[in-house]
Amino acid sequence: MINSPFVRKAASVQSVMLQVLLALVPGIAAYVWFFGAGILVQIAIASAAALAGEAAMLAIRGKPKAIFLTDLSAVVTAWLIALTFPPIAPWWLTVTGTLLAVVVVKQLYGGLGQNPFNPAMAAFCLMIVAYPALMSQWPAAGQLDFKTQLDLIFGGLRQVDAITGATPLDALRTALRAAANPDSQVHGLRAAQLMDGPAFGFLGGKGSEWIALGYLVGGLWLIQRKIITWHIPFAFCAALLVTAGLLWGVRPDAFASPVFHLASGGAMLGAFFILTDPVSGATTPRGKLLFAAGAAILTYVIRTFGAYPDGIAFATLLMNILVPIIDMKTQAPVFGHKKD
Amino acid sequence: MLRKLFKFHGGVKPQTNKERSTTAPIAAVPLPDRLVIPLHQAVGGHPRPLVQPGDRVFKGQRIGGADGNLSSAVHASTSGLVRDVAPAVMPHTSGLTTLSVIIEPDGEDRWGELDKVNYRSTPPDELRDFLRDAGVVGLGGAVFPSYLKLKPGKEGKLKTLVINGAECEPFITCDDMLMRERAGDMLKGILAMRHMLQAEEVLIGIEDNKPQAVAAVQAAIAASGQSGIEAVAIPTRYPAGGAKQLIRVLTGIEVPHGRRSTDFGVQCFNVGTAFSIYEALELGRPLISRLVTVAGNVDAPRNYDVLIGTPMDHLVRLAGPRADTDRYIMGGPMMGVRLPAFDVPVVKATNCILVGSEAMFPAPAPEMPCIRCGECAKACPADLAPFELYWFSRSKNFGKAQEYHLFDCIECGCCSFVCPSHIPLVDYYRFSKSEIWAREREKEAADAARDRFEFKNHRQEREKLEKAEKLAAKAAATREKVAADGATAPAAGSDAAPAAKPAPDAAKRALIEAAMEKARQQKAQAAPRNTEQLSPDVQAEIADIEARREIVAKPAASPLPPQDA
Amino acid sequence: MFTALFVMTGIALVLGAGLGFAAIKFKVEGDPLVDKIDAILPQTQCGQCGFPGCRPYATAIAGGEAEINQCPPGGEEGIRKLADLLGREFKPLSEEHGVEKPKSVAIIDENTCIGCTLCIQACPVDAIVGAAKQMHTIVAAECTGCELCLAPCPVDCITMEPIAETVDTWKWRYPVFQIAPAALGTARQEA
Repeated sequence: MINSPFVRKAASVQSVMLQVLLALVPGIAAYVWFFGAGILVQIAIASAAALAGEAAMLAIRGKPKAIFLTDLSAVVTAWLIALTFPPIAPWWLTVTGTLLAVVVVKQLYGGLGQNPFNPAMAAFCLMIVAYPALMSQWPAAGQLDFKTQLDLIFGGLRQVDAITGATPLDALRTALRAAANPDSQVHGLRAAQLMDGPAFGFLGGKGSEWIALGYLVGGLWLIQRKIITWHIPFAFCAALLVTAGLLWGVRPDAFASPVFHLASGGAMLGAFFILTDPVSGATTPRGKLLFAAGAAILTYVIRTFGAYPDGIAFATLLMNILVPIIDMKTQAPVFGHKKD
Repeated sequence: MLRKLFKFHGGVKPQTNKERSTTAPIAAVPLPDRLVIPLHQAVGGHPRPLVQPGDRVFKGQRIGGADGNLSSAVHASTSGLVRDVAPAVMPHTSGLTTLSVIIEPDGEDRWGELDKVNYRSTPPDELRDFLRDAGVVGLGGAVFPSYLKLKPGKEGKLKTLVINGAECEPFITCDDMLMRERAGDMLKGILAMRHMLQAEEVLIGIEDNKPQAVAAVQAAIAASGQSGIEAVAIPTRYPAGGAKQLIRVLTGIEVPHGRRSTDFGVQCFNVGTAFSIYEALELGRPLISRLVTVAGNVDAPRNYDVLIGTPMDHLVRLAGPRADTDRYIMGGPMMGVRLPAFDVPVVKATNCILVGSEAMFPAPAPEMPCIRCGECAKACPADLAPFELYWFSRSKNFGKAQEYHLFDCIECGCCSFVCPSHIPLVDYYRFSKSEIWAREREKEAADAARDRFEFKNHRQEREKLEKAEKLAAKAAATREKVAADGATAPAAGSDAAPAAKPAPDAAKRALIEAAMEKARQQKAQAAPRNTEQLSPDVQAEIADIEARREIVAKPAASPLPPQDA
Repeated sequence: MFTALFVMTGIALVLGAGLGFAAIKFKVEGDPLVDKIDAILPQTQCGQCGFPGCRPYATAIAGGEAEINQCPPGGEEGIRKLADLLGREFKPLSEEHGVEKPKSVAIIDENTCIGCTLCIQACPVDAIVGAAKQMHTIVAAECTGCELCLAPCPVDCITMEPIAETVDTWKWRYPVFQIAPAALGTARQEA
């Protein structure tokens, strides 16, 4: 028996997820333009692995496959994994990461809507701990042609050090640490001067700053479509700018500029696509602000003082842990019970 | 004339579907073969039936008397013969029956004697009783007895009287048509309410998708020459017609759940209620008919002036229901009630009969898990976190649901409307609320039973004590008498006494001995129970009794038997 | 060596003093556990548990003399609540104490009643009114449905009637929500 309301808005989980995928397209386009079509292969591998893993788990759990496979949530996870893993990661790395995300982090916790952690980021963390070398090899923009990328993905020769370098974030951190060493050649150089190398563009890494712009465009579109609210992206960017700005303002020679932080690595992807995952993120407006600001500060700390190339993944997981308490403590006053 | 309006959080904009039913004027309905008038139509107690099968009734005759403080009367909608006073299916999701008066109209539609009242010269208490007996209740859907709301707050006057003509539910246009066609009379009702509440200003809130209604009311206000009354067009956004939301929009005041709005200097009535107050006070007509929109899956949606008790299918037939009709909904598509049958009667709460079919209101897509997207929280006009309430309701964690203000939910349906996972959220809240109410009823019943049980035990103890006391007193009296006899007997002649009393034979003596032994044993058993946890007073009393018992016991053991042994 | 001894003794003294203070300061009169158990019991006072009323049963549970599954009117939900409260394992209702029945009230057939007052004495909650040689009747609102009045009646004029659902007591059902693969098709048809 159906009770009121008898009318409903045309909305579905599927359409929400589809719009998220669409919003990723500008970023992916920039990715292909600067780094080659290898990323598309990665996306395809991850999507196939995610759907296969999801289908198997749904069968084991006795859940209807048709609805849950077409809700596209697994595909969103797969795309985020492909976009955060190195584009030349071997295929089995991508597959393992995706299966971990979908099978362990999502389905074993109860499937759609039940996972306390962001599946893509949990997979990233597990993989970077398990395979630190493979997860840290990033080609520079335009460095590899499609065939080489394919060879690398599908297990051809891996003369890793010869063909790949670190991410701009990693490179800059290494350079800055070197610059702090009085014995080093680059001692005394400022961050701005260190960023003069071929890996760097105008604001962040060469090419990757354009990808970040693509994500920003897609993310703003999501806000305009009311798929996400402004709270998380705004709080994340603001907190990252402020944190980075404070240290940079005190010692511009030792720390990267706030704009560099914003335009590099997964900052934009994180702000608009990862932290905004509703299932594992905070849901109250004030909670979202706190959640995203905390993630931004953790990201900065891990990037600047930690050992991993980017901090988004660990920051997201750490904040995921805090979500229940953030949500509980930030419940907005209800109608008639407001103080004002 | 730009008034500052306030916003309420959330809300949705469903398709309004109001145009078609406003093209034709309000129509009358031919008398049906029978009227089924449920006695329980309003919030509050069940009115007592005042008629019996076989009685002839006039139009407007009271057939159900208000019961208790929170009830209002029910009247015959036309003249005719009372066929039966029996349970009949009521327009409620449950499909349960309620005691109803079934009237066979005689076709004459003859009014009884009509009692008018001049509200300006009548004391407020009398006016309220008059309105209670005229059966006037809120016609916006809540059917709360109006006389209870017509009391100004502590200060004896009110700042703002809000009149609700917002009509935010899709499909429903009965308030719209009432304002278009009967604005003048409605205004008279409003003036009466203003007088009763001593309201400084009157704000009539009308959603801005009803420009004709706004114009009609404004014209009526201008014609009346009254000041301090204003028809305000408010933005069209569901549920702007919720009483709390409308008060918020017009005055900025948020009335919390469980508080009286008069405490905040406002009170809110539906436009239809205002019209029935006019009819009751100035024409002496009790509430026996109302405007009903028939819309949805019909060829000619329209508004009708319908007698209470008219079977719904009789009414819907006039609008031409389509062949695939499979359900009636009372109310609108957002908050309406799906009805158990087609022939349930129109009641005071029936503002709309929404005729539906599977094609018109398809079942929602299968329910998916909640992804905590927060759409429901964005849409909630009560600023709740519906997904949290859903989670607690689903896991039957009712305490937590109440902590998250479950009872502030007005069941407007906005959350279910927007949910991308198609979760019937409101159903979960309804379930939780009715479970909590049931538990409270059970708890009250258990507490009452406990009290009564304890009282009975206490009473039995007390009775036992009293009985013992009485016996002791009686024995003492006997003893005194015996003593007195003993004292006087020797004086009269000492040898007469033994001769006068027959010597008790051995068998009788043994019997008495046995009975007394038994009593002594019983007393010994009862003693420990009686002497535990007693107040000093009672203990003193018991000691007293024991002392007297001993006195009684001594002569009993003597050769002289008690007289009444 | 001595320092350690002093420290340990000192700690023992401080903690002991603290515990002693707490025992005095937070002393609880009576046994709150019995009250809590009693609050869960349905107060039918039917004695089916083998104790003369709900409170004696509560006392027995608290004292470990009775199982938590001896109360048929409380039913499965009552047992669950008791299990939760006491941290014990849930047990199905013990059959020797009776079966869970829908909540009922006693009705006296007033034509048959001879006015013997036996049921009045049996009623644990004084829900029967009447006097000797006068017809008796039951105050339905006060009746707990304990059935204790059935046995004493010499003319068997008392029957138990399940309480009918009214609009005031009607409850919304738990929403059907599970999307099992098989249920999907039927759910669509029903809707």
